Amino acid sequence: MSDNNETAGPVNEPREDGPVRKVGTPSPAEDNTLLAQEEYPAPAGAGEELDEREAKRAERIVASFFLLAFAASVAFIVYFIGWSGRDGGMHGIHRAKESNLWLGGMMALAFLAMAIGVTIWVRRLMTSKPIVQERHALEADTGTRRAFTEAFLEGAEDSGITKRPLLRRTLLLAAAPLGLAPLVLLRDLGPLPEKKLRHTYWGEAVKAAKAKGRRGVRLVVDGTNKPLKVSDFASPGGMITVLPEGIEENAHHVMNEVAKAVTILINVPADQFKPAKGRENWHVNGIVAYSKICTHVGCPAALYEQTTHHILCPCHQSTFDATDAAKVVFGPAARPLPQLPLGVEDGYLIATGDFPEPIGPSFWERG
Amino acid sequence: MSEATAPKAVAGPLNFLDDRLGSTTFFNRNLKKVFPDHWSFMLGEIALYSFIILLLSGTFLTLWFHPSMMETHYEGSYTKLQGVKMSEAYASALHISFDVRGGLLMRQIHHWAAILFMASIMAHMLRVFFTGAYRKPRELNWLIGLGMFTLGMVEGLFGYSLPDDLLSGTGLRITQGVAQSIPLVGTYISMFLFGGEFPEGNYGDLIPRLFTLHVLLIPGIILGLVTAHMMIMWHQKHTAMPTQKQTEKQVYGYPFYPVFMAKTGAYFLFTFGVVALLGAFAQINPIWLFGPYDPGAISSASQPDFYMGILEGSLRIMPNWEITAAGHTLSLNVLIPALLPLGIVFGGAAIWPFLEQWVTGDKRHHNVNDRPRNAPVRTGVGMAAVTFYGVLWLAGANDVLAERFHLSLFATTWFFRFTVFIAPVLAYIITKRICLGLQRKDAAIAAHGVESGIIVMSPDGKFSERHEPASQEQMSVLLSKERAKEQAPAADANGIPAPNSKGPMGYVRSRLQRAWTFDDIPVEKHDHGHDGNGHGGHDGHEVEGREPKQISH
Repeated sequence: MSDNNETAGPVNEPREDGPVRKVGTPSPAEDNTLLAQEEYPAPAGAGEELDEREAKRAERIVASFFLLAFAASVAFIVYFIGWSGRDGGMHGIHRAKESNLWLGGMMALAFLAMAIGVTIWVRRLMTSKPIVQERHALEADTGTRRAFTEAFLEGAEDSGITKRPLLRRTLLLAAAPLGLAPLVLLRDLGPLPEKKLRHTYWGEAVKAAKAKGRRGVRLVVDGTNKPLKVSDFASPGGMITVLPEGIEENAHHVMNEVAKAVTILINVPADQFKPAKGRENWHVNGIVAYSKICTHVGCPAALYEQTTHHILCPCHQSTFDATDAAKVVFGPAARPLPQLPLGVEDGYLIATGDFPEPIGPSFWERG
Repeated sequence: MSEATAPKAVAGPLNFLDDRLGSTTFFNRNLKKVFPDHWSFMLGEIALYSFIILLLSGTFLTLWFHPSMMETHYEGSYTKLQGVKMSEAYASALHISFDVRGGLLMRQIHHWAAILFMASIMAHMLRVFFTGAYRKPRELNWLIGLGMFTLGMVEGLFGYSLPDDLLSGTGLRITQGVAQSIPLVGTYISMFLFGGEFPEGNYGDLIPRLFTLHVLLIPGIILGLVTAHMMIMWHQKHTAMPTQKQTEKQVYGYPFYPVFMAKTGAYFLFTFGVVALLGAFAQINPIWLFGPYDPGAISSASQPDFYMGILEGSLRIMPNWEITAAGHTLSLNVLIPALLPLGIVFGGAAIWPFLEQWVTGDKRHHNVNDRPRNAPVRTGVGMAAVTFYGVLWLAGANDVLAERFHLSLFATTWFFRFTVFIAPVLAYIITKRICLGLQRKDAAIAAHGVESGIIVMSPDGKFSERHEPASQEQMSVLLSKERAKEQAPAADANGIPAPNSKGPMGYVRSRLQRAWTFDDIPVEKHDHGHDGNGHGGHDGHEVEGREPKQISH
């Protein structure tokens, strides 16, 4: 706000009621614009009249922003053609980062400079005035509505659809299965669930091992694929991820089988271990195996806290007690992690059977 | 009118089109269409422009991305993963990042634009809700907006699942676990979605399917909805915030051409510029650090994109309820958090305009928005919903909170289990009180004027502060508050109950209407006689009442 007389609007007109005595600080209300007389602080557009000197200045400012945008986009192209491809192009992370900074930086500069230029143009140079337009009623008048209704009913009458129910009903009958047909087509999206969720590769592998006269299948360490001896895993407090031997080589769909068979092996100190009823011989001196797939929604329950012997799923914090048949201690999971029966053969840890129940998230048919 | 001739370059195409389409009538009518100004009207524009950026950058990415789960060994220029077994999808995403110039930039721009898209829709919807801009005749656009937001969540989930890295695979695993928990058809849905078992099915179908949905079907639907949204908005004219010149009958503002056009063009450039800035300097979703998906592996503090946080939080704080009976399992611990919170928020938002009409009986058109304070129940309910959503969203990061603030993990879960119920109620009460307080302030200003800061001594020696009438503009804002409609009496003079208060629904309706209106505060101009000449009787300098008044506040 200025006291300049040229600016329109009764900004600081003297009060009608003459001078008033003022005590204390000036009116705080002035700052709140509650008393401001200016009706419309120009939100955009400089108004219809431009001060030619101001306009020239604004024009130069806008033009320099446009030139900056021009320079930035030229730099973008120059960098891409002339510099990003040096020494045979991109090489890993450093060059990727470099080109990202240059290309992104120049692109951002070009867009922003142009945006600022246009904004100043609108606010300082455009002479459009705010205008008022009428809002019109959206709905049709009653006459039109009535005319439409009449035309509609007349059409229905003419077509005979109201008079001939047989036509109407058989048409509906014909359309109904036609609508269902595409759904049938979607049937081959995937196989039926059958019993697939009830078995893991452990069962298959144990069966194969037994056919060869062995007692069970060896556990191999995830990643190295080396069979695990009891003596390799003797110190209490450890946890590793294991898979059935041969899964990588022999399974039909390796990823799918791994996703179900992946198992954690934990060495619980023997004095704290509480074997569940009927599973007294499923562990080997406190070495115990549970499914790694959380019974909540299937994330790998990969965190093991040595002091409390809790197994924690990092997704939704379901917590299981490794000493007590992986029962749920906390969190949204409702069921314990299924346990894998273990044994020893020739000094190697083996699984002597499949998980006794479906692993992973619950499902309707699970029971 | 003078003989104006358009330059040939304009007149040529214009006449060509007009001869064939009669389009000049439309252009002429709309060239100067008025768009009212308010900063909050730009939020929806951000969403629109983010969507355009998403289409552009996404198209760029499809040129190199291989939507395939076929196994391959990485041979690209990122040395740390060389020779590692992975899917072609992940390998091609790495290729885009490290071997396509500008590829990483486009990936990051695409991801940032997606986040901005969702965030701006959210902000836009809050603006529309709190100002009552969804009211008749704009309920359809409100529903279309909700539809786009919902589709945006799915689109985002599918999009960040495509690179097949460890983090996105974890997200898919959770999606599969949730799908599998659906009663009756869960296992079928899961098998049909994945083409078999998680994660690869029988033929590695999932990624190609997600790809088609992500680049074709869902964006196609969103594009259609955006078009409808814009056309309806154009046709109905934009709402305006209450000012002197914005009324139910007229709209005041700058013409579309040239002012609004230039401003919104600049705004598109700003949006693109900011997203490019983020893409250049703010790393997002560095998939090369996560490694390829392995169903047995996970990293701690896995977080989805922010708009999925509410689902994540709900899953985390749900108690472990599961029912097993008659050979079947019902996983309430998964079903409830997956369906209920979003069902409440989205379902509630969808029926709200109609519920409000039903309760208030207000079936009029509204083109001028409400100030949030003037609809305390609506604003309170809105804040309760925001709080509900926000608490669940925060609960999705309870492990990070526990770690950062050295809290017990389980304590944070319990905290959120209670807060999710208590906080929305508190939010409602506090918001409503604030609204009513602001209404009282408005009523005081409207009735007594503004504190001028001028102390006046009366002839008998009393000091008082003079109040001056608020400016005309200010008054028209204050007086935009409508007096809540008096509740219709439940029975007329003859004891016959009003038709819409009969039966249990009528009872509910009249109770709700009472809750909506009972503590309404009238914001009215004081009748002091001298401004009895109504609307125009105000010159902005009148001192209300020559006699000094008590300093009352």
